[in-house]
Amino acid sequence: MSSARERVFANLHAAMQRGGFKVPETGTPLPLTLSRQERIDRLKTLMENMHTEVYVVKADDWLNVLKELLRQRSLNGLVYGPGTPLAAALEPSWENDLPPLIPYNEEIEQFKDRLFAIDAGITTTRGGIAETGALILWPDAREPRLLSLVPAVHIALLQADTIYNTFAEAMNSERWQEGMPTNALLISGPSKTADIELVLTFGVHGPKELIVLIVD
Amino acid sequence: MTEQALVDFRANFAKALNDKQLRRNLTKAMDSLRLKRKAVFADKEALERLRSVGNAIRRRSLSKLPELLEKLEKKCTENGIQVHWAETKAEANQVFLDIIRRHQASRVIKGKSMVSEETHLNHFLEEQGVEVLETDLGEYIIQLDHETPSHIIVPAIHKNRDQIAHLFHEKIPDTPYTEVIEELNAIARKTLRQKFFAGEIGVSGVNFAVAETGTLCLVENEGNGRMCTTVPPVHIAIMGLEKVVEKLEDVPPLLRLLTGSATGQMITTYFNMITSPRKPGEKDGPREVHLVILDNGRSNILADPELRQTLQCIRCGACLNHCPVYTRLGGHAYGYVYPGPIGSILTPQLEGLQNAGTMAFASTLCGACAEVCPVKIPLTDILRLLRNKSYDTQDSPTAVEGHGYKKNVSEDLAWKGWTAMNTHPAFNTLSTRMLGLIGVHLPRVGPLKGWTSVRTAPKFAKKSLHQLAKERGLSDE
Repeated sequence: MSSARERVFANLHAAMQRGGFKVPETGTPLPLTLSRQERIDRLKTLMENMHTEVYVVKADDWLNVLKELLRQRSLNGLVYGPGTPLAAALEPSWENDLPPLIPYNEEIEQFKDRLFAIDAGITTTRGGIAETGALILWPDAREPRLLSLVPAVHIALLQADTIYNTFAEAMNSERWQEGMPTNALLISGPSKTADIELVLTFGVHGPKELIVLIVD
Repeated sequence: MTEQALVDFRANFAKALNDKQLRRNLTKAMDSLRLKRKAVFADKEALERLRSVGNAIRRRSLSKLPELLEKLEKKCTENGIQVHWAETKAEANQVFLDIIRRHQASRVIKGKSMVSEETHLNHFLEEQGVEVLETDLGEYIIQLDHETPSHIIVPAIHKNRDQIAHLFHEKIPDTPYTEVIEELNAIARKTLRQKFFAGEIGVSGVNFAVAETGTLCLVENEGNGRMCTTVPPVHIAIMGLEKVVEKLEDVPPLLRLLTGSATGQMITTYFNMITSPRKPGEKDGPREVHLVILDNGRSNILADPELRQTLQCIRCGACLNHCPVYTRLGGHAYGYVYPGPIGSILTPQLEGLQNAGTMAFASTLCGACAEVCPVKIPLTDILRLLRNKSYDTQDSPTAVEGHGYKKNVSEDLAWKGWTAMNTHPAFNTLSTRMLGLIGVHLPRVGPLKGWTSVRTAPKFAKKSLHQLAKERGLSDE
């Protein structure tokens, strides 16, 4: 008996023989070209509409803003990925009245119990998308995937210069097609659902809060 | 609600139409979904341009389907994703079971996947003693009540908060009764967190698979999809073979169309692109990723130039939300996994006209579905084509299974009579005159009974148009 693969492809090739495929030119969607400030504003507005807290902060001030935000909340810890520039900024300046800084430095099999018990996580981002309001994340060995998913509060640092007009612009100008990471993510707000009577509620399985610091 | 027994559409439709609660829940939900879509696509010109792009991308993908699937397989394999092929539902389910058995696993957590509904994966695995838990809130709700999805995007849309409150209170241990939606969400979050933590195998569907890079794309809002594809050590994704697109740059327009058409969102909370299992040095993510590619009749649909447009579908559900029939019946009455206009063109082709052909008749042909379809599937044309094929006994290489099942002597005779009546002037005059005289007394039998049981019978004029024209002295020319 032939394999499922062989049978499927035999069927597909037989179908292709029938011909009659008409393929129109693909064309492009209407372009979007915003100024740097417009891109920041649009991303901020759209993400705020989706219940994200967004702060536009100066490069020399973001750490103070972050600490202030953490002091306002009673959190049992802040998990982060060691080895990034973000980590290099956090580690030496951490203060005792802040939630303890916890490095994600083991594999999930060992770290799972702790990770599922920590209130907040912080990550860098690769960029942003103004058109729809979203962050781009490429989690990696230093900043694992679950950092932005398991803790109830996700804090993300976004460099204003990396906000693109559109998703298409981001992937084309960075030539994503030449090498995709294990996991690439777009995140537009805290997790949400409308599965009961279409009533929108935030904080289902992923983070209940998303805080974005746009470093301008 | 399974297709094991022949679906009794007539009884289902009557039951759904008389369910006042269902009618209220659906009307409210569908009104809201339509308004949200309209708001997000407020710019008509931009939308039409985007739809043309979406249509071209999907048609281009289908025009090279075997080539793209081979490329997808090659790229995925290079990336470390294990690809499995399944011609039938049973083969697909067996692939899952083999992987689960190999890992000696018994706890499966699932993100929403319509293809897995199509293969009845949960039922199959449960019979083999595997615990399968749906983690999308809507899917979780209906799984608790042993139901199937009534909508491809919002599966529990037929239920209201009171019904869900009772369900949670009864089925989830130590759960107080509450009708507050936030509290119901919190209950689900708490219950499912433990399951995400302990899950051994994560299952997901696929919204788009990119041949160029071997990337699986998943669209979701809740984070359960990311949980299922990241926490457990093994991830199994399943897709229909039509879900492949050629290039990465094909993804952004389709994503806009999908989220906008489905729920009126610019973008979902998460767009999750998976290209490989955990690499050395990475601290989380599954160590194994499997991709199951299912045919189940799709390659046959590809053969016919008209019918193959069915495969352009990106499963947004907009045609359901805009369908006057779906809006009044809900999904369960259709009796199959895919309801509404898309279900009515897809299911008869997958299951055979003799089994599911009635679905092609569950439409008023109003055209709303085709008007909103983000990839411009001519749904009404295909509905009509399937209706014709239901009477067409001729065999051809692209014939749909069960074609000609409706052909019968009495309808043949009736149409022959109709033809004669409209092609022979004398016969025409006689019959229109007769209808004017005895039309009101026609016995309420057969199709006439079906029509007039819920509608006022038309009253025939005493005199036909021909007679009136003649009396006024209008000439035949």
